[in-house]
Amino acid sequence: MHLHSFVTQFWPSTVDGVTLGSIYALFALGYTLVYGVLKLINFAHSEVFMVGTMSAMWIMHFLNISAIQSGFALVGALLLAALFSMGGSAATALALERVAYRPLRRRGASRLAALISAIGASFVLQQVFEVYYSNQYSNFPRLFKHSTLFNIGSAQITTDRVLIVVAAVVMMVALERTVALTKLGRGIRAVAQDPETATLMGVNIDRTIMYTFLLGGIMAGVAAVLWNVRFEQTRFDIGFLPGIKAFTAAVLGGIGNIRGALLGGLIIGLLELYGASVFGSQWRDTTVFVVLVLVLLFRPSGLLGESLARARA
Amino acid sequence: MKKSRPAVMKAAAVVGVAALGLGACGSSKSSNTGSSATTASGGGGSSTSAVKIGFFGALSGANAALGINILNGEKLAISQYMAGHPKVAVTVDSFDSQGDPSQANNGAQKLIGDKVVAVVGPAFSGESKAANPYFAQAGIPHITASATNVALAQSGDKFFYRGLADDSAQGPGDANYLVKTLGAKTIAVIDDKSSYGQGLADYVRSQIKTDGATDVVDDHVDPNGQDYSSTVNKIVAAKPAAVFYGGYYDAAGRLIKQLKDKGYTGAFMSGDGSEDPHFITDAGATAAEGAYLSCACEDTSAAPSAATFNTAYQAAYGTPPAIYSGEGYDVTNFLLAAIKAGNTTPSAINNYLKTNSWTGITKTLKFQSDGDLVGGTVYVYQVKNGKITQIGTTPS
Repeated sequence: MHLHSFVTQFWPSTVDGVTLGSIYALFALGYTLVYGVLKLINFAHSEVFMVGTMSAMWIMHFLNISAIQSGFALVGALLLAALFSMGGSAATALALERVAYRPLRRRGASRLAALISAIGASFVLQQVFEVYYSNQYSNFPRLFKHSTLFNIGSAQITTDRVLIVVAAVVMMVALERTVALTKLGRGIRAVAQDPETATLMGVNIDRTIMYTFLLGGIMAGVAAVLWNVRFEQTRFDIGFLPGIKAFTAAVLGGIGNIRGALLGGLIIGLLELYGASVFGSQWRDTTVFVVLVLVLLFRPSGLLGESLARARA
Repeated sequence: MKKSRPAVMKAAAVVGVAALGLGACGSSKSSNTGSSATTASGGGGSSTSAVKIGFFGALSGANAALGINILNGEKLAISQYMAGHPKVAVTVDSFDSQGDPSQANNGAQKLIGDKVVAVVGPAFSGESKAANPYFAQAGIPHITASATNVALAQSGDKFFYRGLADDSAQGPGDANYLVKTLGAKTIAVIDDKSSYGQGLADYVRSQIKTDGATDVVDDHVDPNGQDYSSTVNKIVAAKPAAVFYGGYYDAAGRLIKQLKDKGYTGAFMSGDGSEDPHFITDAGATAAEGAYLSCACEDTSAAPSAATFNTAYQAAYGTPPAIYSGEGYDVTNFLLAAIKAGNTTPSAINNYLKTNSWTGITKTLKFQSDGDLVGGTVYVYQVKNGKITQIGTTPS
C-alpha cells in the first residue's frame, strides 16, 4: 500500500484515468448497443477497433504524413485519420454482421452459436492482419505537439488529452441523442424491447440491426483514432486488452445502457490509475476486476441497469 | 484480471484464454517447413567422413533477426573451414524454432534424429529451458550464442555451454555503469515481471544498493499493455537521475516515450532484450536518443580483431554482421577446432570443450564446469543519431 503516492499522484492519475476512460467508454458503446438489441456479446468488437487503428495509421503512412502539422493541414490530417478509422471500423462491423451473425440469425441458431461465430471472426481478422501486414508494432505519427495547456495540481493538461476527452464526450452525446430522438433510434429501441412486436409495427429488423452495428463500429472507429493519438502505435492484437476493459466497462455501467457505458468507461479508467498508484502497476487490472465483482454483487445488472429499451425518448 | 468475476466475465476470460491459445497455434503455421540441411559451400573432395552441426533458433517470426544473425555466423565459420579441404566434412542442420518454447520438443527430436554431433543454440532462454534436457539426455553438446538466463547453467546439464556472459554479469554491470560511470545517485528500476526482465532488474536493484545509490521507484509494467502513465507519474514525481528497465524492446520503447512526454530528462538504460532497432521505432527517434542499452554481445564492427570476419560476412550476406553474429561465429569455430583435432562424436567433442579454450574474434571461450563462460564482458551501447552504437564496457 502506498497511500502517500496515491495522494501525490492524485491529479496526474485522475487526468490519465479520464483520458483512458473516455476511450474505453466509446469502445464500450459497441458492446452495449449490440447487446441491447440482440442480447449478444459481440466478441469480435475488439477487432472492429483494431481495424480502425490500422486504417487510420495506413492512410497516414500512405500519404507520407509523418511530422508535426499545423493549421488546416493538422485539422485535415486529423479528420482524414478519423474518417478512415471510422470507415474501417464501420465496414468491419457491417461485414461481421453480414457474415458472422445474420446467416445464424436467419436460421434461428442459438446465441451460443453466434458467440462462437464471433470468436472465430475475431481470430480470422487478427490473423489476417498479422500475416499480411506485420506482427510488429507500427507507428502512428505525432501530428501536433502534446504541449501543456495548463496544470491542475501536479497534473499537466496537454493538448492530446483535451482532444481525446472532448471528442469522446461529443460523440457520446451525439449517439445518446441519436438513439433518443431520431426515427432510427426509435427503431433500435423498439427492436431492443421486443423484436417481434417491432416487426409487426413495421420496423425493418434487419436494417435496424445493421444500423446498430454501424453505430457501434463508428464509435469504435473514433475510439481507435483517439487511441492512436494517445499511444501512437498499433498491432494486429491491439484490440484485445482494451476490448476486455471496454466490455467490462459496459457490464459495470449496465450492459445495454448507453449512459452506463460512459460511466463504466470512466470508472474503469480511473480505477486502473488509482489502483496502480496505491498498490503498484502490476495490480491495476486486479483492482478493476475486484471492484467490478463488488459492484455486481450488490447491483447485478450494473450501476445504471440494462435499459437500452427504456432509454428516455 | 486475477480475481473471480461474474459469469459474463468468466465467459470473457475463457474467450481471452482461447484467443491466446489459438493465436499461438495460428503463428506456428510453418513449423514443419522451417528445417533444412544446408551444405556449406566450398566442400572439399578430399573429405573422408562427414558430420553435421545443428542450429536451433528463430529463423521466422517476430524475433527472427536474432536467429538469422547467429546462423549466418555459423555458416560462415563452416564454409571457411570447408574451404581448407578438411578430412572431416561439416554441414549445417538448422531448425527454425520461431523462438517459441512449444516448438522446442520438435526441434530437439529432429536434430537428435539427424545425428548432429553438436548444436549451436538454442538461441533464447525460454526455448533453451525446454530443449536443453533433450540434448543433455541424448549426450549432444549444445553451445548457446545468446541465451543469458542464469538458471540454464544450474540444471546439472553436462552438455550445456554458453558463449557469452549471463544475466548475473549483465545486471550488476548495468548498475555499476549507472552509478559509477554516469554518477546516478537515485535510480528507478522498472521491469515487466518476466523471468528475464525481473531477473535482470533484481540484479540491478541489489547492486545499486551495494554501490551506494538509492532505488527510488520499484514498479512492474504489463508488457502487453499500452498505458504506462501510472509508472511514469511515479517516476516523474520521484525525479530519479536514471531509470533502468528490465524487459524487451516494445515495452521499453513505450516507457521511454511516455516518460519523455511527461518531461523526464534523466538517463534511461535497458538490457539486451531492448537492444533491437525496434526499440527506436517504438519509442520514436527523439525519445530514444541517448538511451543506454547493455549486452554481453560485442559489436564486431568496432573490434579490430574481427576485421577479416566483418569483410567475409559482408561479402557472404551483403549486410554487415549484426547482434550475435560474432558470437555464433566464435562458438562454431570452437566446435570446428574440436572436429579438426579428430573429435567426431558428441562425447569426444564434449570432452574437448570442457578441457580446451578457443580465442575467437569476440573473446576467449573457456568454460567452467557448469558450462558458463570464464570471465565475460558486458558491453554498453547508446542510441546516437537513431543508431545503436557501442560506446564501452561496464565497470566492475
